[in-house]
Amino acid sequence: MKKTLNQKAWFMVLPVLLLVAFSAIIPLMTVVNYSVQDTFGNNEFFWVGLEWFEEILHSERMHDALSRQAMFTAIILLIEIPLGIFVALHMPKNKGFWSSLCLVLVALPLLIPWNVVGTIWQVFGRVDIGLLGHSLASLGIDYNYTQNSTAAWFTIIIMDVWHWTSLVVLLCYAGLQSIPDAYYQAAKIDQASRWNVFRHIQLPKIKGVLLIAILLRFMDSFMIYTEPFVLTGGGPGNATTFLSIDLVKMAIGQFDLGPAAAFSLMYFLGILLVSYVFYTLMVNSEGQGS
Amino acid sequence: MDFSWMGWTTPTAIFFIAIAIALLLMIIWGVVAPQAPRRGILQFATTPGDRLFISMLGSAFICLGWLAFFGAPLWGALLLCLIYAVSVFKWV
Repeated sequence: MKKTLNQKAWFMVLPVLLLVAFSAIIPLMTVVNYSVQDTFGNNEFFWVGLEWFEEILHSERMHDALSRQAMFTAIILLIEIPLGIFVALHMPKNKGFWSSLCLVLVALPLLIPWNVVGTIWQVFGRVDIGLLGHSLASLGIDYNYTQNSTAAWFTIIIMDVWHWTSLVVLLCYAGLQSIPDAYYQAAKIDQASRWNVFRHIQLPKIKGVLLIAILLRFMDSFMIYTEPFVLTGGGPGNATTFLSIDLVKMAIGQFDLGPAAAFSLMYFLGILLVSYVFYTLMVNSEGQGS
Repeated sequence: MDFSWMGWTTPTAIFFIAIAIALLLMIIWGVVAPQAPRRGILQFATTPGDRLFISMLGSAFICLGWLAFFGAPLWGALLLCLIYAVSVFKWV
């Protein structure tokens, strides 16, 4: 069959191209322009070259914020991924009332806006009126997330786990549901233990969705802003000042647009690198699976 | 249209024009001599576009590393980036 060559389809891409240019490429170009200049507003700029990049690369404040950010992301991934798999494995397998109920209950935290989540936990953790704070205080535990950095970290991590483990659960549950029964029947014939079924059937089969879950949770947690900002405002001191909070402080609070632009470009490059690595792993694991 | 709010400078304009030219050349190369994805030393299939992306991303990190250890100017880093990009296109 002779195929006709029609290049008109390229025009279909044009609206997306314009939209991406308007919402991403032009702002990114502006950030690059700002990163090599100093400005005091009124569109007046002074060339500084790569000075802001050098300053940020050697800034102790940025190193601290990056360490806190990396620690936060590592902790929540170490908790949310195993917990999400565990919950998904224990949800009802057959379609019916209980599985639907479980899915709705699990999905509920995902429907709550981020600033509301921060507010909920801000009240929940208060020693005077919050259930969590008051209960812990009644047990004699010294818990005050506004004054104690350990308590602030504990609250933020629990809040993130409460908010986002559901995403991992839903993705893993979808992956588990797609495993044909024949695999389980074969495992039963071989008298495979529960652990072996998980290790050799379930885990390899959910590898693809698990990588998506890790990628999504990595990106989201590495860019986290609203929830800790509402809950602790980055405090006590700088104990919960993560990269994005520090970036906003620098750009809007101090109006240091040049260093903030250089900082955000490095931040962007870091996320781009990790996302690309995950994406490549994901695509390759799919290729191997098929 | 007034683009003064974007704070354009000659070096950043040259930087973006260079990226645009690189993309344009890749498109022309792709049309003139289409290439199938191939597996290199990283053991995953890459198209020339992927290799350009890996080159650019890696080059950004080489420049940042140079700035962190040696400071400006970046001529040495640019030479390293060029060697890196050629290696990526040859072996990745």
